[in-house]
Amino acid sequence: MTDVLRLENVSIEYTNRKGTMRIVDDVSFHIAPGEALGLVGESGCGKSTLALAAMRYLPRGMRVSKGRILFDGADLATLDDAALRRIRGNRVAMVYQDPMSSLNPVITIGRQLVEVPLLHGETDARKAHERAVRMLHEVRLPDPERMMTRYPHELSGGQQQRVVIAMALMAEPALLIMDEPTTGLDVTIEAAILDLVRELRRRFGTAILFISHNLGTVARICDKIGVLYAGRLVETGPIRSVFGTPAHPYTNGLLAALPRIEAGRTAAPLRPIAGTLQAADRARTGCAFAPRCSFAVPALCEAAPVPLVPADGAGQLARCARLDVVAAAVRGERHAAHGARLAGDEADAPVLLSVRDLSKRYPVGGGLSGGVKGEVRALTDVTLEARARRTLAIVGESGSGKSTLAKVLSGLTEASAGEARLGDFDLGATGIDKRPQDLKRRIQMVFQNPDSTLNPSHTVEHAVMRPLRLLRGLSRSAAKAEAARLLEKVRLPAEMLRRMPHQLSGGQRQRVALARAFAGDPQLVLADEPVSALDVSVQAAIVNLLADLQAASGIALVLISHDLALVRHMADTVAVMYLGRIVEYGPADAVFAPPWHPYTAALLAAVPRPDPDAPEPSIILAGSMPSPLEEMKGCPFASRCPRRIDGLCDTTPPPVRTPAAGHDIACHLDLDTLPATL
Amino acid sequence: MARFWAKQLANMAITLFAVSFLVFVLNELSPGDVVRKIIGPYATQDQVERVTQQMGLDRPVLVRYFEWMGNALRGDFGQSLIYKRPVAEVLWDRLGNTLLLAGVCFAIIVPFSVFLGVLAGMRERSWIDRSVSVFSSVCASIPEFAMGVFLLAIFVVGLGWLPGASPLRSGDGWPIWTQLVLPAMVVVLYDSGYLIAMIRTSMVEVMRQPFIRTAVLKGMDFKSVVLRHALRNALIAPFTVILLQINYLVAGLVVVEMVFAYPGFGRMMLEAALAKDIAVIEAGTLVAVFVTMMTQIVGDLGYRALDPRIRL
Repeated sequence: MTDVLRLENVSIEYTNRKGTMRIVDDVSFHIAPGEALGLVGESGCGKSTLALAAMRYLPRGMRVSKGRILFDGADLATLDDAALRRIRGNRVAMVYQDPMSSLNPVITIGRQLVEVPLLHGETDARKAHERAVRMLHEVRLPDPERMMTRYPHELSGGQQQRVVIAMALMAEPALLIMDEPTTGLDVTIEAAILDLVRELRRRFGTAILFISHNLGTVARICDKIGVLYAGRLVETGPIRSVFGTPAHPYTNGLLAALPRIEAGRTAAPLRPIAGTLQAADRARTGCAFAPRCSFAVPALCEAAPVPLVPADGAGQLARCARLDVVAAAVRGERHAAHGARLAGDEADAPVLLSVRDLSKRYPVGGGLSGGVKGEVRALTDVTLEARARRTLAIVGESGSGKSTLAKVLSGLTEASAGEARLGDFDLGATGIDKRPQDLKRRIQMVFQNPDSTLNPSHTVEHAVMRPLRLLRGLSRSAAKAEAARLLEKVRLPAEMLRRMPHQLSGGQRQRVALARAFAGDPQLVLADEPVSALDVSVQAAIVNLLADLQAASGIALVLISHDLALVRHMADTVAVMYLGRIVEYGPADAVFAPPWHPYTAALLAAVPRPDPDAPEPSIILAGSMPSPLEEMKGCPFASRCPRRIDGLCDTTPPPVRTPAAGHDIACHLDLDTLPATL
Repeated sequence: MARFWAKQLANMAITLFAVSFLVFVLNELSPGDVVRKIIGPYATQDQVERVTQQMGLDRPVLVRYFEWMGNALRGDFGQSLIYKRPVAEVLWDRLGNTLLLAGVCFAIIVPFSVFLGVLAGMRERSWIDRSVSVFSSVCASIPEFAMGVFLLAIFVVGLGWLPGASPLRSGDGWPIWTQLVLPAMVVVLYDSGYLIAMIRTSMVEVMRQPFIRTAVLKGMDFKSVVLRHALRNALIAPFTVILLQINYLVAGLVVVEMVFAYPGFGRMMLEAALAKDIAVIEAGTLVAVFVTMMTQIVGDLGYRALDPRIRL
């Protein structure tokens, strides 16, 4: 049988006024009918470019400079426009990263769906309509007939992605290309979408090219995997071989850099990959990864092109000249005992921040004329505490109230009720304008996106010196010296002080953000998704740095994150939030072990694990979070809970169960019947 | 929908009232003596005072304003000082002339700009895009009077095809429609230059959106992608600006009307303002405000029709 998609030694070049850059270099792979290949790699590795090349839809300035792309045995480059149109949408279809912007905002879902069959031979509009309704049903969207008449903005993110998938499957294509289909979606929605893709694959036998930076999602979908680095395929093979015995140092590095949900708080620090990808690395004759590789030997790795050679696993190939050395070293490491980090006792971790029954309600008004129409209950009776030298993690889906809590603590908004005590101050009642300079110094924030939090027109030095001058009142020269010292603390070379933010990489910018946050010698640092905008290999370095800074300064860290594996790695205490309330709270070891709140169990089950043999999640949450405008009589989670007791959960607020001292679960189920397996 | 209209009408009434009052008061505060303008600089102070008294101009501003408003509500806009005719007569006359020119221009400008803007924006940096962009920036950057003079030099002085003035009288041998050609040409070129640039930018922006890629990768041909997926999105942003052109065409054509001696609304307003002919100014202002507010309402409705994300 011919392969659906076959790439033979494909190189893609990008040419602009500055010159020519190789985006993809000599990549070959093939996908047989019904097979699923995952392409993984960090930003800039060329994975999305390959996806577009497979549709012959490269952006302006890019061209396939070498090699052939065969679809169903036909060379894409030789097809004329009409032939290309017959393939696109019909034989090969694409699902994109951002479903909202992939759908036309001014056209109904129905019209966008029926376009596909009408473009590909269907002449009967009624049949096309029926087909679209059937497809919406296949992707498990409620009330397909009504869905047809709605506009994209009326749907939730998960529903939009289902529509895009339905649209891609309308013509029952032979190949489905999915480019980061779950990036940006909540973990529960992601699990549901991945589950859907698996099932549709079984039903329709569609081959899949699955592109992702997330090794966990690839493990859940694919049979084969290709690891890309700087436009080159550095390792490829069956998914079990590659995940089981990763051969290439880069693959090893990616897997080692990933926090694992199975590992505990006392696990070894993550191992980041040194350095970053430089533009010049793409032009190297030898191995592009050599400058970042601890195994690299110039004579072997850099002199001549390194071919893909067979590695340990069946069908596994790796582009490395030192495979045997790497394999031996990795085996050795796996057996070496990890030094456990000591948690220390409670005595050196006094309570710093104490939040009691904190609530925040936003009135939703009817403009100038109308009065208050309703209230958004963003936070309801939140109680928790953060200790010095400890990390408190707050987890939950978007809309769970994590960010509102951070806003109240940082003073961007004031609480409606309850208190958040830090020393003598009630943070909930003290907005930022009312906070004395010293209190501002004591609480600092680190944000998700370092690109937009650093002023693009100020140097790094300016950014770091400002809090030193303002909050610590240092003189100009003292601040200058201190800024240099801080940069050393976040392991950035001193010459970075003169740089502008756009001259730094994402990881370096986040280091500057950390230096800025720690400049005032704070007591409490709020980190809102501090690494989720960064590549995996860079993430690990920032996580480790954050842990080191915490150990050195003794701050209380409040980590807000949707990434449960990261939380498992960093947190001492975890608060699980849903719809503005805490549903489970306790020491990390207790929260991550059964018994769980049903919501915690669903979140844990949804985490995609970088392990092809991980069990399929047994709990997949349907629906979406209710509106925070609704008055909630019973348990906030009742509408989506798989263990709901009708007539009780939706009418009566749940009691607090206490499996152990300091571990609270708000649920009607008693301790013995709470979920104990995922 | 009923609420929408009720709100809009109330809004309009309040605005008309506020604007008419402001214009009345501002006119009062601005320098210059109406009576002096009417009876000439050589009249004695005695005569001036007598005429002032006759016209009732010695009474307080508020009294005169409410008297004027009472009459206006009954449809009587008073007597024009400079044209020596009832204001209503002058107004409808001039407004008719202007609406004729504005209508012709608008009917050409909109399709012309949408066509060229979309054509240029659909393939960014193609040769069509470059040519259209040069054309539009040249048109938009030549002032109306300069463009008027150029065209006069070509079509009137050089070729002798068209009349040099457009008084809209057929007495001097040129049919009325020939008198419209040059003023319309100036307005169309000048105004389209600006609109084309707007629509092109919006189209370029839309063509970069991921949903255009979705449409192409469905297997749709380029023409359908542009017409079915891009066009409507590309018109959302420039829509308000397109409608704003109506205001400009009705009340802002002063320069063109002066160059071609066209008896239009804008020129009337200018003459009235210079002569402090308050009755004409007031009536003209009300018309201009009414037109502006109507285009706003039409704009809101059209906006909603174009973009389902917007609710009124």
